[in-house]
Amino acid sequence: MSMSAVHEARVGLPVVSARRKATDRVARGLIAAMTLITVVPLVLVVYFLIARGAGAWTAEFFTTDPTGSVLGDPGGMRSAYLGTLVIVALAALISIPVGIGIGVYLVDYGRRSRFAGIVRYFVDVMTGVPSIVFGLFVYIVLVVSHVGGSASAAWKGSIALALLMMPVVARSSEVVLSLVPDSLREAALALGTPRWRVVMRIVLPTALPGLITGSLLAIARGAGETAPLLFTVSITNGTSFDLNNLMDSLPMQVFGNIGSPNPALVERGWGAALLLVTMVLVATAIARLAARRSRL
Amino acid sequence: MSIDESIPTTTEPVSTSHGQPDVPAIKVSAPTVAGTRTIEIEQAARGVTVDDLSIWYGGQPKDQPAVRGFSMTFAANQVTAMIGPSGSGKSTVVRAINRMHEELPGAYATGKVMLGEIDLYDRSVDVVAVRRAIGMVFQKPNPFPTMSIFDNVAAGLRLTGRKVADLHERVERSLRGAALWDEVKDRLRQPGIGLSGGQQQRLCIARTIAVEPEVILMDEPCSALDPIATLKIEELIEELKRRFTIVIVTHNMQQAARVADTTAFMNLGELVEHAPTEKIFTNPDDSRTEEYVTGKFG
Repeated sequence: MSMSAVHEARVGLPVVSARRKATDRVARGLIAAMTLITVVPLVLVVYFLIARGAGAWTAEFFTTDPTGSVLGDPGGMRSAYLGTLVIVALAALISIPVGIGIGVYLVDYGRRSRFAGIVRYFVDVMTGVPSIVFGLFVYIVLVVSHVGGSASAAWKGSIALALLMMPVVARSSEVVLSLVPDSLREAALALGTPRWRVVMRIVLPTALPGLITGSLLAIARGAGETAPLLFTVSITNGTSFDLNNLMDSLPMQVFGNIGSPNPALVERGWGAALLLVTMVLVATAIARLAARRSRL
Repeated sequence: MSIDESIPTTTEPVSTSHGQPDVPAIKVSAPTVAGTRTIEIEQAARGVTVDDLSIWYGGQPKDQPAVRGFSMTFAANQVTAMIGPSGSGKSTVVRAINRMHEELPGAYATGKVMLGEIDLYDRSVDVVAVRRAIGMVFQKPNPFPTMSIFDNVAAGLRLTGRKVADLHERVERSLRGAALWDEVKDRLRQPGIGLSGGQQQRLCIARTIAVEPEVILMDEPCSALDPIATLKIEELIEELKRRFTIVIVTHNMQQAARVADTTAFMNLGELVEHAPTEKIFTNPDDSRTEEYVTGKFG
């Protein structure tokens, strides 16, 4: 009696060949290796950010503005992170309602109509447009022509970011809204509810956690963009909340600092990058918490 | 009376609502399986007359409608059951009565559906007004997941934009009307989706009757429920016909026999026979009806 036959007789199950087991081990090994390859760059990025940037995080870093001095004390980053918050907040204010509105149109109104198909296609195309193109677009339309009296201005940067974020919000809203069961819409319609109220009172509240997640991810995406701000907001040192004027921002400071010959400026640049990543991370974490509360 | 005025859309209760003392009770005889039985009508509803109704879903060829030339009368304050094999068009007809089929892309209908004297398909009639007059209970219980038990019932009133002074009273009355009050009165603030399937379905019925329609359409309301919950809904239907005209689609022939005054048998998109329930199950005119109710096909 051969070995396998003995084994088979004992356990009463068909024998798995050695080759089959080897294949399984190789497949598992490959998948583990690929996972590792994805994680390694992420860990390295976070490692370098902390190693190079954490030292810059002093009290002054958060409480003083950049001095503009190339050789001496570079100052802190207050104007930059406040500027980023303002610019991104305005961009969110523009892009989130419009983006969710597009999602509502696609799911609840346009559905399979020809126009909805066209809108869906353009949203997809817009998602793929490089961010610098939005910067250039706003540069030509709003900056060169001095709309509002100034050339570069915070609100123009917000519009460039909003153009970038809007398709992200629209696409994620469409997905989340289409997860709301049609039976809920029918229940409300059958009570004699006008469609707009079905959307406002049933569809949007039910999808709310998902809409928040999509919006925060779009904010996280927008917050880190440099190219749209390059031509539209430019850079300045002082803290300003004047939307029609130059405003500082974290990506622009990182962009300006890292290439500097002054080691103190380079370190401040790393610190700014670390702060930017931390802000994005917080937004993403909140998005995940919101997603967990979803009832869909 | 204009078309819109005659469909109740305001907070004003229908003049004959809820057995108020000044409303004389009307006694009518309704033929049922158990024999002719007298019921007391609390609120006179209108019946529904369907005339030569054909219905298409999106993409169906013109000569092959899902329902063809359907004509029938659903008598006021009576329970009418619709039976027939899957795909025979029962649900399609029922959804066309309050124009819910229009929510499906590409679906359309021809013919006439009348509530009393009003043509519901007339261009001047607002589909929202139609649905306020003709409520619907669906196959799967569908309470609103973001709302409490109370809010689910109140939703019918709030979503239709009515300002109701006695909201609490209306909610209680509706929950009592759906035989759910005693089970939920201590937890009205808890989510509606926390209830059992049978309770959820009665919650949906409460939500429907809170709007005070005249007709309630039920599309296989018990098919997702266990026998005990089913029994409760059936007892409830018996109560509800004192105030509403009821149309119930069912796959369960015993259910039709238990609750319906008259029963309609549909097959392949056409009405085969509509008669008092007892006749349909004991002595139908059409051989197809007989074959179906005796289990020879379907």
